[in-house]
Amino acid sequence: MPDTRNVIIIGSGPAGLTAALYSARANLQPLVIEGVEAGGQLMLTTMVENWPGHRDGIMGPDLMTEMRAQAQKFGAEIINGNVTNVDAGSSPIVVKTSDAEYHTKSLIIATGASAKLLGLPSERKLMGHGVSTCATCDGYFFRGHEIAVVGGGDTAMEEAVFLTKFASKVTIVHRRETLRASKIMQDKARANAKIAWLLDSEIEEIKDTGKGEVTSMRVRNNKTGAKTDVPLTGVFVAIGHTPNTALFRGQLELDANGYIITHDGSKTNVAGVFACGDVQDHVYRQAITAAGSGCMAALDAERYLEHIPEHLQTV
Amino acid sequence: MATENAQALNVQTFTDNNFDETVLKSGAPVLVDFWAEWCGPCKRLGPTVDALANEYAGKITVGKLNVDENPTVSFKYNVRGIPTLLLFKGGQIVESVVGLASKEDLKALFDKHLGA
Repeated sequence: MPDTRNVIIIGSGPAGLTAALYSARANLQPLVIEGVEAGGQLMLTTMVENWPGHRDGIMGPDLMTEMRAQAQKFGAEIINGNVTNVDAGSSPIVVKTSDAEYHTKSLIIATGASAKLLGLPSERKLMGHGVSTCATCDGYFFRGHEIAVVGGGDTAMEEAVFLTKFASKVTIVHRRETLRASKIMQDKARANAKIAWLLDSEIEEIKDTGKGEVTSMRVRNNKTGAKTDVPLTGVFVAIGHTPNTALFRGQLELDANGYIITHDGSKTNVAGVFACGDVQDHVYRQAITAAGSGCMAALDAERYLEHIPEHLQTV
Repeated sequence: MATENAQALNVQTFTDNNFDETVLKSGAPVLVDFWAEWCGPCKRLGPTVDALANEYAGKITVGKLNVDENPTVSFKYNVRGIPTLLLFKGGQIVESVVGLASKEDLKALFDKHLGA
């Protein structure tokens, strides 16, 4: 039987790594299982301009590399693995990856959220061949091309503006007339001469799966019902995120959209199990709020371990 | 932390110039990891690819191709997103994985093509 750890942290974005930093400094020797999307969503960004303390901004991947190194400096153990199973209700809590099983007195869930897709059959087939969810990864391949960004939030605006560095024209497709993006991001996009707009519009189909590359999209105007084929070579999907909670369904209380419900700080409905970051927050979803909630989860776990109920004490 | 530059022992470097010789004409299956310096997820996938290269040494050739420096191969295979992993067997693509993937999923793909 494996040793029982004090705390295991699942996920390695700002929430998970801040929880690791605080719990390492509290001498809890945390184990971080970083997951397939290690580093979290900031790995997909370029310049982060709203992380306090970096007045000139910092590159998202650089910030995550620093956070990781800082947590390790204070003794956090970080492993490159993917959790396949969690038994949150057992004592100790059991966490399995494909090649190991871990036991722990407390668990911090920081599995975050992943990009949502449109749900079109052609979308998956053309992923990596013109369809993308990562502008910073794939923008390079569209130098001089005409492309589209789908979505009306901050991420969509940011990606569209970023992609104008490569593309000759970027069309923002959004299903409503009004955008959800903040004013500053909307203004940036609207001021960009390379950005065109298709509002009140939805993509019905992306072609051409036969050729294995994007050649056009069929767009339906939601007001008039009119359909148009727009020739282009790339479609970047930025329509929001869905929480990574499949592992916890049936074990933890989730809301209607699948987010973990927390109360009194970072507590879930199971004693000793805490959640932080985007997996439990569909409102703020910022690096700084994720990091803040990661700190809360570490402090909550520390307090829980100090007063761990007698009957749950395992050796 | 390992970077893509610090090549692991069993990881080759593929280029526009050596691709035919080292990948297409290879007797063994070959995994090609398309990556770039500016791609965060590529750097995250790197250690997984390195580990697979060691585990499958002698059975599957594993190497990386920098898309910045080798546009010809990237264009030929219509790579429009990275990380992309292509598995070649007898000069043909037999598997294609776009984006991040777990080690266990990749091992399952490898094993499928090695034939039990």
